[in-house]
Amino acid sequence: MELTGAEILVRCLKEEGVKHVFGYPGGAVLNIYDTLNAQDDVDHILVRHEQGATHAADGYARATGKPGVVLVTSGPGATNAVTGIATAFMDSIPMVIITGQVPTHAIGSDAFQEVDAVGITRPCVKHNFLVKDIKDLALTMKKAFHVATTGRPGPVVVDVPKDVTTDRYAFEYPKKIEMRSYKPASKGHTGQVRKAMDMILAARKPMIYSGGGVVLDKSHEVFTEFCRLLGYPVTNTLMGLGAFPGTDPQFVGMLGMHGTYEANMGMHHCDVLIAIGARFDDRVTGNIEKFCPHAQIVHIDIDPSSIAKTVKVDVPIVGAVGPVLRQLNRMIRESERKPDEKALAEWWKQIEEWRATDCLRYDRASKRIKPQYVMEELYRVTGGKAYVTSDVGQHQMWAAQFYKFDLPNRWINSGGLGTMGFGLPAALGVKLALPDEEVVCVTGEASIIMCIQELSTALQYGLPVKVVNLNNGYMGMVRQWQEFFYQKRYAMSYMEALPDFVKLAESFGHVGMKIEKPGDVTGALEEAMAMKDRLVFMDFITDPEENVYPMIPAGAGQNEMILV
Amino acid sequence: MRHILSILLENESGALSRVAGLFSARGYNIESLTVAPTEDPSLSRMTLVTSGSDEVIEQIMKQVNKLIDVVKLVLLTESDHIERELMLVKTQARGEAREEVKRLADIFRARIIDVDAGTYTVEVTGTGQKLDAFLEAVGAANVIEVVRTGLSGIGRGDNALRV
Ligand SMILES: Cc1ncc(C[n+]2csc(CCOP(=O)(O)OP(=O)(O)O)c2C)c(N)n1
Repeated sequence: MELTGAEILVRCLKEEGVKHVFGYPGGAVLNIYDTLNAQDDVDHILVRHEQGATHAADGYARATGKPGVVLVTSGPGATNAVTGIATAFMDSIPMVIITGQVPTHAIGSDAFQEVDAVGITRPCVKHNFLVKDIKDLALTMKKAFHVATTGRPGPVVVDVPKDVTTDRYAFEYPKKIEMRSYKPASKGHTGQVRKAMDMILAARKPMIYSGGGVVLDKSHEVFTEFCRLLGYPVTNTLMGLGAFPGTDPQFVGMLGMHGTYEANMGMHHCDVLIAIGARFDDRVTGNIEKFCPHAQIVHIDIDPSSIAKTVKVDVPIVGAVGPVLRQLNRMIRESERKPDEKALAEWWKQIEEWRATDCLRYDRASKRIKPQYVMEELYRVTGGKAYVTSDVGQHQMWAAQFYKFDLPNRWINSGGLGTMGFGLPAALGVKLALPDEEVVCVTGEASIIMCIQELSTALQYGLPVKVVNLNNGYMGMVRQWQEFFYQKRYAMSYMEALPDFVKLAESFGHVGMKIEKPGDVTGALEEAMAMKDRLVFMDFITDPEENVYPMIPAGAGQNEMILV
Repeated sequence: MRHILSILLENESGALSRVAGLFSARGYNIESLTVAPTEDPSLSRMTLVTSGSDEVIEQIMKQVNKLIDVVKLVLLTESDHIERELMLVKTQARGEAREEVKRLADIFRARIIDVDAGTYTVEVTGTGQKLDAFLEAVGAANVIEVVRTGLSGIGRGDNALRV
């Protein structure tokens, strides 16, 4: 039997086990919408802006590990989606984005709502396709999901011209797919793994530095086993939080620009660095010239181009984190050699001294609400079990520093691109995937307004997330840089003319709360969390000039942190 | 250091722009680039000349390899290989130049493929250096137009890049 292109597309989604599609209709995708409307297997979530669709699908993917799926129309639908596609690309999130396109015969004629979606998205996708012939549609969809979810994951765009959605063709979904040009590695090279083991066991001042790759590969268990086997200090990147329990004393906190003093000093002084599923981002390394001056480096990553990109590596291992660590754990267990207990004890003693600086301290006696305090209380009230999404700025760093993630996939933020506006739609995506979990969006008054329209989506689909707005009246992170590096010239970073967030939340059909005194923080959080079926927007009026400490200023080394 | 990349890529629309886009986005330079289908119509062969430190070249190889449309690639300059480029030059052919350019064409084993009262069109094949040398010998004053294909290359002996 022949199906229309639209029907084939929806059947492909069904075959891939897709339950939810986030999207927004328009002329080029009307046939697809008409088909979606006539079936019950795939639910469509109508967002209020295509950027919201991409972030929601992204949050969905980060929380579940399943690909997020987006459907938008041609032209402005596609361009509105670009920010979210780039966000997913930078953090290697599996997504499939279907963009409508003008009919094949009109392509290239500057037709109404025509943009070159493949061209525009090319630099910010793992791969993209233009389907010019219905015969290729099913195979292309299969490839799209395959490429998005395997190897180093990433977003894949499938651009579908309108006439392809009405053409007819027999539907056959390939069970398996082979692509001669795409064969991601999995297991590491045994010789290299053995070399790594030798280097790791010979270390006297080791550091384990892991990133988002451990989370993406769903390898936190084998990773934790690896860390426990060795007893070495563990630090995570912003993207890697939760891969190792944040409450474990072996964890020395996040590293990087706003990482802990002990993590960064540990990096600077270590003699062997074990980098796992991390990419030596500039926010992690600080000044690359001064990075880990004493260390030999083992680097495990699935993407060869991440290895030795900015930092020279002594033992590179290309492979997926899980299989490589399983190999490594086995070798370490079978090996006669053991880590040098005495050296390690010395090293830990040094690390504890650094830890004793208590680099995350803040003024607990302040009459103003301290944002750090709100994060600590949020952690307490939610029992450390919430899924926390965030926007971008100071609040993001405070959430990362003060909410101790014991499990992966719970901390959902835009690390690579740093996209303001990510938090709320991402939270909706998480809540949709995991309706029984507590989902909290930590945000700032500037960021939240970038995708505030999604409060409407939350109402329509009954997604009772909690919004914690750390309202300092400033684009706080911008203000902090202006305070430190521009002699307090606060150019354009003050948020004038802010809305009344309580009324705003109410007008969208939700509950709004305004909290102005430190003594009211805990009660407000408890009250909000108790409202299980309502979205509660908590507007915390916080100390306007609080800064994120500690900090590695731009151009400095990891041992040159500014402390409180 | 100058290097030559030989790339086999899927003969799909847009594959070329993925490679070219990668180079411009990451700030790698392209000295020349040629591309055409191979004996297998599903594959195109691209020869790309670039330059950079060993680290940069290693990154370029990895980044190009990561493109989904790229099936295989080698660094030709890493082993024995042959380089060829074709050039078409239109020159002055009046007065002294009429004899001189013809003589040079013979020396360079070039061929005059079109003639009229005032001009020659010369076809020269060889390494990039040879083509440069020919242009220098003819002299800027005599050169009217230059068309170069960009470099093509292939490994020596049984050293083959194929799927
Ligand atoms: C889309 C976008 N535009 C601009 C920026 C630059 N930027 C980074 S942090 C920030 C301020 C964020 O302010 P707010 O949301 O109030 O959070 P705070 O830092 O005060 O916690 C800005 C403008 C960005 N990251 N994303």
